[in-house]
Amino acid sequence: MDSALFLEKLILIVVILAITLVMALYFTFGERKIAAFFQDRLGPNRVGPFGLLQPFADGGKLLFKEEIIPKNAEKWLFILGPGIAMIVATITSAVIPWGTSLPIFGRDVQLQVADVNIGVLYIMGIVSIGVYGIMIGGWASNNKYSLYGAIRASAQMISYELSMGLALIAVVMMSGTLSLREMVEQQVGLNWNVWYQPLGFILFLTCALAECNRAPFDLAECETELIGGYHVEYSSMKLGFYLFSEYINMFISSAVMACVYFGGYNFPGMHLISDPMILGIAQVAVMFAKIFFFVFLFMWIRWTLPRFRYDQLMRLGWKAMIPLALLNMLATGAVSLFNSQGF
Amino acid sequence: MLQNLPIPFLVLSFLTILSALYVVTSKNPVHSVLALIFTFFTISAHYVLLNAQFLAVVNLIVYAGAIMVLFLFVLMLLNLSKESEPVKSNWWGIAAAISAGSLLLIITAAFQVSGEAVAKNPVEGIGLVKALGKVLFTRFVVPFELTGILFLAAMVGAVLLGKREKAVDALISKEESNG
Repeated sequence: MDSALFLEKLILIVVILAITLVMALYFTFGERKIAAFFQDRLGPNRVGPFGLLQPFADGGKLLFKEEIIPKNAEKWLFILGPGIAMIVATITSAVIPWGTSLPIFGRDVQLQVADVNIGVLYIMGIVSIGVYGIMIGGWASNNKYSLYGAIRASAQMISYELSMGLALIAVVMMSGTLSLREMVEQQVGLNWNVWYQPLGFILFLTCALAECNRAPFDLAECETELIGGYHVEYSSMKLGFYLFSEYINMFISSAVMACVYFGGYNFPGMHLISDPMILGIAQVAVMFAKIFFFVFLFMWIRWTLPRFRYDQLMRLGWKAMIPLALLNMLATGAVSLFNSQGF
Repeated sequence: MLQNLPIPFLVLSFLTILSALYVVTSKNPVHSVLALIFTFFTISAHYVLLNAQFLAVVNLIVYAGAIMVLFLFVLMLLNLSKESEPVKSNWWGIAAAISAGSLLLIITAAFQVSGEAVAKNPVEGIGLVKALGKVLFTRFVVPFELTGILFLAAMVGAVLLGKREKAVDALISKEESNG
């Protein structure tokens, strides 16, 4: 690998990481503002103009809180838990195409860290190891409430991962590729996958909510039963990492949904723009508009729907989602076979 | 011989063997499982070095992501500790060492024969999805389908075992009503 490419990728990684962190920071603010709107109140408006500096005040407060490691906790695993949660949340962004390319200093900079030919599988792999942060943290706390929370979270994530994978397989069968970039390139203009896979999209959205441990699937941190769930013993920035990773997960899963089902950076009339610089910026802007829409949807759902009961959650996962996803897969296979050779 | 090998390979191999040893020697079962997960990660990294990205990710999804989560799940539920661990005699350790050692011997011997054959006929991009899929669905289609049936049978068996039998249920309710 030549050093210019290496430098280019390094800068891209740093920029994407910074954007992800800032986004997550402001999603906490957005969440509070949206919650306030749904509950007919004002929300945070004291720090800075319109309360815009509130996330920094929150972050500073978390940072200066006292660090407590319980006496009976497994010290190293207790520290490892939030770290894993954070790392796993941030590495998914490596395969997401944010736009085609931008001409910077005469170089055609591809707006994707790694165009691996197994992008979709990579995401599934990261999703499947995402549960370790919660599990290790919850177990290492040596507290029965956090253990319950951890076990609930892992059972839930394993259950919903299956239908998530099955929903994605239908898209893979249709587009014939595992690379996210190729998948996005096929959805030119308004030729989005969601028109062909509406059921798959609804299944994926539900699973994404469950995987992010968002309401109505936030059984892992159910305050009324578990006082706080898996992170009950955590304080200071370790707690901050857990809370933060939830918002990063939300951001990334919105990006994945935008790429897989809603055409990623594509928008109608894209071929009319000839200047590559403007085109690149417009693509990134469109991508982020789609992401913001999904994040808003996540928040909307959270402040509208009440939490499920645990047996309802499991019944929905195993007896409704998986059969529907299998049916969707079967139908997709039948239709693509018919399209390719007739009966 | 060692200095001819690429450095990433050496580092990864060192980490793999170290974490694999920790799996066996650790007294705490949860630490063992976590070390095993780390071992799977390093093995996946080896696959990436061999340009077999598909195998690397599938190894992560299946072993690190699914099987090990269940292992960890059971261990956390049982919450085993040093006090509750059943004491086993040393013979178990010796028997395990002998059987694992002979397995290692057989695998090394097999690789000495097949490794040369593979090195002589390298297949372009065999670890990538397209090539692997083609090979699986043409040349090895019968073993592939048989494995599928085996998995289905295992799945049905697991569901059947997990299901409570009616006779047992009746017995339990009878005992409850008596007691």
